[in-house]
Amino acid sequence: MKADVAIVGAGPAGLAAAIAAKENGAKRVVVIERESHLGGILNQCIHNGFGLHVFGEELTGPEYAARFEDKAAALDITCLTQTMVLDISPSRVLTVVGPQTGFCTIEAGAIVLAMGCRERSAGALMLPGGRPAGVLTAGTAQRFVNIDGYMPGKEVVILGSGDIGLIMARRMTLEGAHVKMVLELMPFSGGLKRNIVQCLDDYNIPLKLSYTVTRIHGAKRVEGVSIAAVDNKGVPIKDTEEYVACDTLLLSVGLIPENELSRGMDIKIDPVTGGPEVDSHMQTSIKGVFACGNAVQVHDLVDFVTEEATRAGAAAARYLFEEDKAIAYCPTKAGTGIRYVVPQRLRLDGDKKTLFFRVTNVFKNCVTVARCGDKVIARKKRLVCTPGEMESLCIADEDIQGDVIVSVEEA
Amino acid sequence: MIYDVAIIGAGITGAMIARELSQLSASVCVIEAEADVAAGATRANSGIVHAGYDALPGSMKARMNVRGNALMPTAVKELGVPYENCGSLVVAFDEEEDRSVDKLLQRGQENGVPVEKISGEEVRKREPHLSQDIKSALWAPTAGIVSPFELAIAAMENAAANGAKVYRSSRVTAISRQNSGFVIQAGQNRIESRFVVNAAGVYADEISRMAGGEEFTITARRGEYVLFDKSQPVKVRSVIFGAPSEKGKGVLFSPTAHGNMIAGPTAEFTGKEDTDTTREGLAAVMNGVRQYVPSIDRRSAITVFAGLRAVGDRHDFIIEESKSAPGFVNVAGIESPGLTSAPAIAEYVTEMLVTMGIDGTIKTGATRIRKPIEVFAHATPERQCELIDTDPRYANVVCRCEHVTEAEIVKSIHRPCGATTVDGVKLRTSAGFGRCHGGFCMPRVMDILARELGKDINDITKSGEGSWILANKTKEAAQ
Repeated sequence: MKADVAIVGAGPAGLAAAIAAKENGAKRVVVIERESHLGGILNQCIHNGFGLHVFGEELTGPEYAARFEDKAAALDITCLTQTMVLDISPSRVLTVVGPQTGFCTIEAGAIVLAMGCRERSAGALMLPGGRPAGVLTAGTAQRFVNIDGYMPGKEVVILGSGDIGLIMARRMTLEGAHVKMVLELMPFSGGLKRNIVQCLDDYNIPLKLSYTVTRIHGAKRVEGVSIAAVDNKGVPIKDTEEYVACDTLLLSVGLIPENELSRGMDIKIDPVTGGPEVDSHMQTSIKGVFACGNAVQVHDLVDFVTEEATRAGAAAARYLFEEDKAIAYCPTKAGTGIRYVVPQRLRLDGDKKTLFFRVTNVFKNCVTVARCGDKVIARKKRLVCTPGEMESLCIADEDIQGDVIVSVEEA
Repeated sequence: MIYDVAIIGAGITGAMIARELSQLSASVCVIEAEADVAAGATRANSGIVHAGYDALPGSMKARMNVRGNALMPTAVKELGVPYENCGSLVVAFDEEEDRSVDKLLQRGQENGVPVEKISGEEVRKREPHLSQDIKSALWAPTAGIVSPFELAIAAMENAAANGAKVYRSSRVTAISRQNSGFVIQAGQNRIESRFVVNAAGVYADEISRMAGGEEFTITARRGEYVLFDKSQPVKVRSVIFGAPSEKGKGVLFSPTAHGNMIAGPTAEFTGKEDTDTTREGLAAVMNGVRQYVPSIDRRSAITVFAGLRAVGDRHDFIIEESKSAPGFVNVAGIESPGLTSAPAIAEYVTEMLVTMGIDGTIKTGATRIRKPIEVFAHATPERQCELIDTDPRYANVVCRCEHVTEAEIVKSIHRPCGATTVDGVKLRTSAGFGRCHGGFCMPRVMDILARELGKDINDITKSGEGSWILANKTKEAAQ
């Protein structure tokens, strides 16, 4: 099989990239999806709040996905579902397997990687105690409840205040479970403010900051957890330890970009984001291979995924027709108070650029600043910046004269 | 019917004995308390095939270890189980440890095990990630690694294919004598047999007592482990042990037969059901392993677990017919190197039972060969095409991390003594062993289990009774 642009993943990133590739002149666009339906994780996100930026209205996850699925169908984009990409060669040949295709290869002119992310599991946290049934990630619980129609437990403790955990606190409550508390190791939540208000506060679910689970009790099924407050190094304080009876422990302790395929191709991975290093066209360290969405960096809002994926898809299409001319690049760097900056490299191609980044801590009454040398090239006043909310700055191409350093400073 | 032999316990020891006996005309059954084979120590240990330099010369442990090591390559080949003859190193950091390497060298030679002392430079030449502070090491080329639970599962499949009956979820609650044999109450089953083999692991003392056998005590010693992701870059090729010193024996760091790295175990005496990991234990494992490989990162851990060793009060394997209960054979206190010894113990116990009077003629049609489930992820592209042609379910990848297909999962359910739980599928196919640890594939594995077993998905458990996964349907909370 041949494709002008092959896209790995049909979640919001993959679908938006496919549409943009098609609209920018790629003829044969093929999307490869391992699940049986398009839309990715949006299918299980049946709550609303999607699309405020892109469509100016509040949609549910499946509604948001449906708009892109419909458009992809109208544009005659080939979507292979239940199809797994086993391997991608650096010369852009994808090996795929699935009931529709059997075992086959796809030669692609350009590739967009949009594999999304996965949740950090209990094992990765090295949580002490037993390994009974009833310890699962919030996303797996969400699938059980919203797709399969089953409740994975009745008395629930949630560890981690990531957005999926907050959403599931409300969802489990609405389905009759008793969500006893949400524990967060950090002194601040990793989720969006609006989710804390709408999913916890509105249901009187306590959020215990600087708290963690110190032990899982139960051999066959969770019987309870020990919890404790932690000091400023995250170490549990012995005297504060207490037992909480429950039958379920949900984890919402971080998302990890899925990049096994990228690693297999030897694409350069940013150790902080866990995603490929990309330029302002979302091109990875391998020419003709682009990446977008949560595979690059974990986003808070799907709207921003769509925006990023649209750029990636358009750039992938343009790559097909573009002459291979030398382009100058300038790197971006995370300065004081900044965890990472995406894109990691800026193409000096005359286009306006947006930098996306996250802060390392909670900052109040601050400014986010981008500098080239001593020169401030962008600046934004912020009442509050938290690690849970992605920040951005727009910069003009002509201002980029060397490394661009982003920092957060006192106003 | 009256079985010739009833084996209590379907861990590695019981499974290998069952396999050996199933070659003979004698009839055999295996009785297991848990929902699956390999549910205890067999599931949670280091997976090391020890060379045999460690056990005291003349002990049963030494004899079984050396013989088991020699039998293992054939056993794993016949049973189609992941195994690698990767050798082991006992590394010494100071003079005291260097002296204990010398002692092990001598002991190895007494036990007839090929061993050699090598320098710190030679160690680092072979294992570049190992610490600069290592002074010397004992090299044992016959050591290896094996997937312990797959060995037990494969042995049990082989035994079942040869006609052995396996009773799972059948905890033995009483054993009585009847005529010249035994009556065993196991769950709902009343099982009669002429001979009994007690391979009940940490409960072997209680089983012996039930049958009126000798008094001995089995204490559970817990070992905690950390398992690392396959992509974790700090790897070693051989098994790395610490040299025994005043501080103890240290932890080991080793590749697993599946290509992960494993670190552990700790050693704490604990309760017979206490397989909890602890903050202190896991910290000790990480500190221990950092001695060998300072650059290892705890964030690359994918899971932690603990297993129990059945430590007997006689400080050696107890493999003998009971004097007070003739016909009752204790195979107890099988702690490390029990996995390595299992093929030798099976051989020894089988010979013992033949002497005791079971029919030792080879059964017509019995086989020693058990074909593994063909692993799609390990097949060549040409073979992958063929597999899909013969069974289209090979084209449906269910576990995205380990690339396990629907065909493999279905096969694991329908084999003799097949999977009935989510963990059962995991141990047989690796679905859920990867970095997402079942987050994505567990619901799909449950669907397949329910479909193939004709059960409601609500009744699918993680590891048998009590380990329920789903509480109720949504919208049913008020009912």
